[in-house]
Amino acid sequence: MSDKNTTRLMQGNVAIAHGAVAGGCRFFAGYPITPSSEVAETLSETLPEVGGTFIQMEDEIASMGAVVGASIAGKKAMTATSGPGFSLKQENLGMAIMAEVPSVIVDVQRGGPSTGLPTKGSQGDVMQARWGTHGDHPIIAVAPNSVEECYYMTVRAFNLAEKYRTPVVILTDEIIAHLTEKITIRPNSELEIMDRDKPEDSPEDYLPYKMTDSGIPPMANFGEGYRYHITGLVHDETGFPTNDSEEATRQLMRLNTKFDKHLDEILDYEEFNTDDMEILILAYGAPSRSAKRAMQVSREQGVKSGFIRLKTIWPFATQKIKELSHKVDTIVIPEMNLGQIAGEVERLTPDSTSIVKVNHVNGEAIKPKEIVNAIMNKD
Amino acid sequence: MSLRQEIRLSGSGGQGLILVGKVLAEAAAIYDGLNATQSQSYGPEARGGASRSEVIISDGDIEYPKAENLDILLALTQEACDKYHKDLKEGGILIVDEKMVKSLPDENYKIVQLPIIKSATERLGKFIVANIVSLGIIVKISEIVSEEAVRHAIKARVPKGTEELNLKAFEEGMALAKEWMKTHSTLVK
Amino acid sequence: MDYLNYLRKDKMPHIWCDGCGNGIILKAILRTVHKLGWDKNKIALVSGIGCSGRTPGYVDFNTLHTTHGRALSFSTGIKLANPDMHLIVVSGDGDATAIGGNHFIHAARRNIDLNLIVFNNYIYGMTGGQASPTTPSCKFASTTPYGNPDSPFDISELAKAAGANYVARSTTFHTARMDRYMEQAFQKKGFSVVEVLTMCPTSYGRANKETGATGADMLKYQKQNSISIKKAADMSDEELKDKFVTGVYVDKDEPTYLEKYQDVRDKANK
Repeated sequence: MSDKNTTRLMQGNVAIAHGAVAGGCRFFAGYPITPSSEVAETLSETLPEVGGTFIQMEDEIASMGAVVGASIAGKKAMTATSGPGFSLKQENLGMAIMAEVPSVIVDVQRGGPSTGLPTKGSQGDVMQARWGTHGDHPIIAVAPNSVEECYYMTVRAFNLAEKYRTPVVILTDEIIAHLTEKITIRPNSELEIMDRDKPEDSPEDYLPYKMTDSGIPPMANFGEGYRYHITGLVHDETGFPTNDSEEATRQLMRLNTKFDKHLDEILDYEEFNTDDMEILILAYGAPSRSAKRAMQVSREQGVKSGFIRLKTIWPFATQKIKELSHKVDTIVIPEMNLGQIAGEVERLTPDSTSIVKVNHVNGEAIKPKEIVNAIMNKD
Repeated sequence: MSLRQEIRLSGSGGQGLILVGKVLAEAAAIYDGLNATQSQSYGPEARGGASRSEVIISDGDIEYPKAENLDILLALTQEACDKYHKDLKEGGILIVDEKMVKSLPDENYKIVQLPIIKSATERLGKFIVANIVSLGIIVKISEIVSEEAVRHAIKARVPKGTEELNLKAFEEGMALAKEWMKTHSTLVK
Repeated sequence: MDYLNYLRKDKMPHIWCDGCGNGIILKAILRTVHKLGWDKNKIALVSGIGCSGRTPGYVDFNTLHTTHGRALSFSTGIKLANPDMHLIVVSGDGDATAIGGNHFIHAARRNIDLNLIVFNNYIYGMTGGQASPTTPSCKFASTTPYGNPDSPFDISELAKAAGANYVARSTTFHTARMDRYMEQAFQKKGFSVVEVLTMCPTSYGRANKETGATGADMLKYQKQNSISIKKAADMSDEELKDKFVTGVYVDKDEPTYLEKYQDVRDKANK
């Protein structure tokens, strides 16, 4: 890596792969699937160059298992897939959540359900990212909207995974994944890289799921002298399974609230013109580019529109959206699904707020004009 | 919006149109200091079938990265021409291969019909460089990016060992366009 | 040796039923680890789900109890991330060859340096005695009340065909043999499989009394019906029906995944 900024033309998926290595990823296990395969192809070339490991597994289930295993042994690990593969990963994604193993999962969304529209864009996995694996659980999901963000958001995904002992889903889409545009790569020395907290206790006193003030217990890697137990069963602080209902409540409540104290750091969004707005546009991922343009155009046409772009999708920016929704009567939400985030917003806003959805499920990008029409109430 | 130019390169899979898109975008974004995005639509399969690659070039930010109102359309097959010419704006430039595209749309386009594939196969001996011949035509006629920037981008993007052949194909395309311009009115600007 | 040096004493007693063969296999694993002098800190013992999946909870190593059938996937990640670790993977017949069958054949194909011990009791014990991929034809299980219509897998032959460097089969009766196979397997580079035919009197024995209804009877039945792989070579399928063939199926030294991946790294850095 250069010690100066370098500007290159790069594809979104390739930027995710390079961002991963910059963020410390040294293990990738995956299975080919359109439109995500460029992530795997790039890492198959770059990981062995830095002493890392790339492995093509026999299926998506095995890929996610290998990622969790590699992370338990101390490597920052990632997999990449699209909807059908993301469905298969849910099993071991749940294991990563339950055992609190840092890991990064790239989901390049394509049209669904089932095999769907393999070569076309979608945001149909937003709720799958939130609730795809069974049981109540916390999750972090982030959504880039440019090639440059693919790079830096992947670095951030690894940081969040390490710091909060959690899987992080990079919820990108075919449009951004296969977009090629300019990206400026800063030297690695300028990046903030976070590593999991290591235990300060001796192996004898180590509690892998200790109730700490931060809610995030320090994590020992296998092979470092802390011989402990990891299971997908509900476990107590020692890591061993428990059937005790009080202990199960205590542990599951810690798990499910572990991000609560850290929302300021986990939540990321950007706002434009929300001070004087009469109408709010809310978007994320590919449609957020059109949304920004629509805001400019509608302002030129005399409507004071404001715009919030969610970079963190899960956990949801509840407080922020409540706050903004008080300023407007109408929220326009373009999504390449039938309103998965619009539903979340609807839950947070009074009945008097009008939610105007602009939805595509045919794989085509949402045009700025369509959002402008919704804003101008012309449809 | 600032100057925004939309170019679509269309034909069939395997014609190297995605590469042309990347070269054009790289010339604009890296060597000419503009902004550019390149994207593509795949058919259901990676090989064969219809293929299209789009480049947006602008001196400002490019929010929406897909074409809405084409300034330039390259069509290397009749199917591509028939399917996409409606996306070309009035007065836009339609560049077609004279052998592959015989039925031309009756619309207000500036139509540039040239022996692209014939030049590639007969003058350069390689069918595959028809893509870069096309690039030469686009650049000469539209002046959308500088010729020097394109030469740099070709060297950076084409497979190792094929740089000379591709640079020759680029010059060939520009020569074809120059010849054509002698007998046709100067276009756009 | 003192087994307690390798066990988590506070997790005893174990939950395995009276007459279950799993404890016999566990002791053989511990004897082998002891004999080889492996550092407990460098051992990861990984399981899937089922009766065999209880093993990691009892042993004083780095232990991982994964999802059903996926132990080999997680172990692949651990081994590649930290090649200094010894990976012992324990799996039942259902875990290894039904829900985890794909991972099983691919771990063998990849010839990755993992030591798999299959606890083959021909049944899903933990969930109450349903038929598994190794339940012999016509035998009874809670899901084959009319006798099993399916044909069973031969796990050792499967591992051999898929490319493992070492494959051997023993019964829980033949403990000396089991020890020898485990020792060879644990020292082998590449993928190794020791299939141990074990007994589940609770679910399998009670439903198929001719194989013995108690643990002791089932051990006797193993003793009476075992045939060495050499002898079996000259016997017909009919003669081999309901016999336990034991022996070393494969012992070779093909390059392992880790060795081949080091070549990849070398090429990448040329």
